[in-house]
Amino acid sequence: MRTRIIPFVVILLLAASCAGENSGEERVLRLATTTSTNDSGLLDALLPAFEEEHNTRVDVVAVGTGQAIALGEAGDADVILVHARSREEAFVAEGHGTARSDVMYNDFVIVGPTDDPASVDGATLASDALAAIAATGATFASRGDDSGTHSKERSLWEAAGMETDPDADWYKSLGQGMGSTLNYANEVGAYTLTDRGTFLAQGESLQGLRVMVGGASIDENDDPALLNPYGVIPVNPDKGGIDAELAEAFVEWLTSIETQAMIETFGVESFGQPLFYPDSETWRSR
Amino acid sequence: METLGRAFANALGLLWNMDSALIETVVLTLQVTLVALVIALVIGIPIGAAIGLTRHLPGRWLIVPLIYTGMGLPPVTVGLFTYLVLSNQGPLGGLGWLFTPAGMIVAQTIIAFPLVVGLTMAAVQGVEPNLPVQMLSLGATRRQVATVTLLEARVGVTAAVVAAYGAIISEVGAVMLVGGNIEGETRVLTTAIVLETRRGNFALAMALGIILLSLAFLTNFAFHRLQVHQGVR
Amino acid sequence: MTAAYQLTDVRHCYGDRCVVDIPTLEVHSGEILGLVGPSGAGKSTLLRLLDFLETPTQGRITYAGTEIDSDASLAVRRDVTTVFQRPMLLKRSVAANVRIGRKLHGLDAKDGSTERWLDRLGLTDLADAPARTLSAGEAQRVAFARALVVEPSVLLLDEPTGNLDPYNVGLLEEIVRSENAERGTTIVVVTHDVFQARRLADRTGLMVSGRMIELAETEAFFSAPQQPQTAAFVRGDLLI
Repeated sequence: MRTRIIPFVVILLLAASCAGENSGEERVLRLATTTSTNDSGLLDALLPAFEEEHNTRVDVVAVGTGQAIALGEAGDADVILVHARSREEAFVAEGHGTARSDVMYNDFVIVGPTDDPASVDGATLASDALAAIAATGATFASRGDDSGTHSKERSLWEAAGMETDPDADWYKSLGQGMGSTLNYANEVGAYTLTDRGTFLAQGESLQGLRVMVGGASIDENDDPALLNPYGVIPVNPDKGGIDAELAEAFVEWLTSIETQAMIETFGVESFGQPLFYPDSETWRSR
Repeated sequence: METLGRAFANALGLLWNMDSALIETVVLTLQVTLVALVIALVIGIPIGAAIGLTRHLPGRWLIVPLIYTGMGLPPVTVGLFTYLVLSNQGPLGGLGWLFTPAGMIVAQTIIAFPLVVGLTMAAVQGVEPNLPVQMLSLGATRRQVATVTLLEARVGVTAAVVAAYGAIISEVGAVMLVGGNIEGETRVLTTAIVLETRRGNFALAMALGIILLSLAFLTNFAFHRLQVHQGVR
Repeated sequence: MTAAYQLTDVRHCYGDRCVVDIPTLEVHSGEILGLVGPSGAGKSTLLRLLDFLETPTQGRITYAGTEIDSDASLAVRRDVTTVFQRPMLLKRSVAANVRIGRKLHGLDAKDGSTERWLDRLGLTDLADAPARTLSAGEAQRVAFARALVVEPSVLLLDEPTGNLDPYNVGLLEEIVRSENAERGTTIVVVTHDVFQARRLADRTGLMVSGRMIELAETEAFFSAPQQPQTAAFVRGDLLI
């Protein structure tokens, strides 16, 4: 008889533990952000301090910038942390968010096959490199997923005086994340635009690629167009179901001197350089 | 709810104005799925029938559990395996099949094959064991016995076809890894759905989902008609 | 009289247990041979050996003057066919089930023979019916038709009318007699029904525990059995 009861007890306990996640007084902040902040491990390092301070839990939805913005528009997130300046401004202008605040930046680099068929190694401007790649017809892999990186790539093609998302054989629009796109470029010998953090983190498996434009660290990156600023925006509380108070608290905390200092040291130990550079107004005017 | 309704309405609009990129994606999806299915059937049905009909098969104790395991292979694992085999550093890197439809067909064939073998085997084993003996007595060759038994098990064999088709047309993990979701080259419906969802284009993603479901439904409807028709005679 | 089969020192064993042990047996060409005996006597196994579905563990089987080794040729196998007590019909129409015999032999299936046999066995009205819906008697008639449509030289019958009603028993026995008389088909019929053997067979044999206890002209077998076991079996006593 006893043995028959055990499975039921187990199931009940499992059910209770699931339910327990939503019980209690704990508040929940829904943060929609890009894969880069989450995959790099930055949020794991930062968020516990906020959760403890405000007795809250942060649910991170790490998706492409396009989807993160869509989540905000739908009111399925309380706050978004993304990197696509013009779209962030449009998000606020259209009334989906209350205000945009600078958080941090890192930089993009153009990486390519070590044999460099388009001879772009050492170019100062990313747009010049892209023009050379297009001229030689060397394979270029694009994220093609409306991510922040893809948005940046489009603006670089524009700067090169070319149409964005070229309809050409050498231009491969993958519609995949940064990691997969880098793997693809490494495998077929293609150029691509990547954020430096992901390239550094994945470096081991990308033996066929090296940085062509952007130098060994952000200090050597001479193209201001390759800077990659991140902004945080609380979602407009008019959408309903938004914890505006907590979202504002999150923005304030994220841009505070203490948090910004944590951002500055994150990743130095593993990669010999920071993955993100603090850039909030508070930090700049400290 | 509003988003869902709007996405659905927009999806219908997009379907109405099907553009060439969308048609290309649908055609490639069908090509890859059907080629993989046919290869898996041509190899898998005879093997499944042979295993099902051979009473004293050496190594059955190992082969059958292996097949059953294969029937539950996570597509993404198959994708990873195929990726590594077809990669430049892999044993078949020289073929240059990574990030091409050929590579996707390889992965999907691997996913479909154990399903076809396992379900064909089960279908054949479900046929009254006296039937093969009586066919032999009537003067059938081994091959004729296998053919007659397969025809007798046709409802089960059709189920194998349907299961394999459904598994690979709806599969996203393997084709994403091996194909790379390259626009105009290896983008199929499932990978396009993932992409458009990530982009926040829920209406387009929904439209693609409706197309995928319609393809699955139409094909299964055809299979079912076939099954009913066969069942009567 | 020529011999259809000649068996010499044939034994068929599963491990230590020999279910058939026949030093010598001749099946005459064109005869009807009845085999009776208690269940488990090895009658059905003997039929499988004669149909070349199994190879005896030892001994020689000669068919039509030729010794058949472990792999009987397709031509020889197609010369012989068995009707089993429980026929397995295909999930198709009655007509398709009859036609399958000729199709398997690669013969013309549209030569009218299917219709002829359907007619002879009273199945014409059922030609398009699904075979799986037939009664036991109808199904057995289909099994006879699909076996006879290929015109075998030897017809082996394994309890062909067990569990059938008198009408079907009579019909099928009539078919057996006329097939034997008109085409000279050699027939070996295994039956638990001694009266059926007496009605049909030219010669009758009693098998017990794999051995042929007595084999004689049917009349003599029943009226003057030489062996006590035969006498007991004919009387209806239980044989162990």
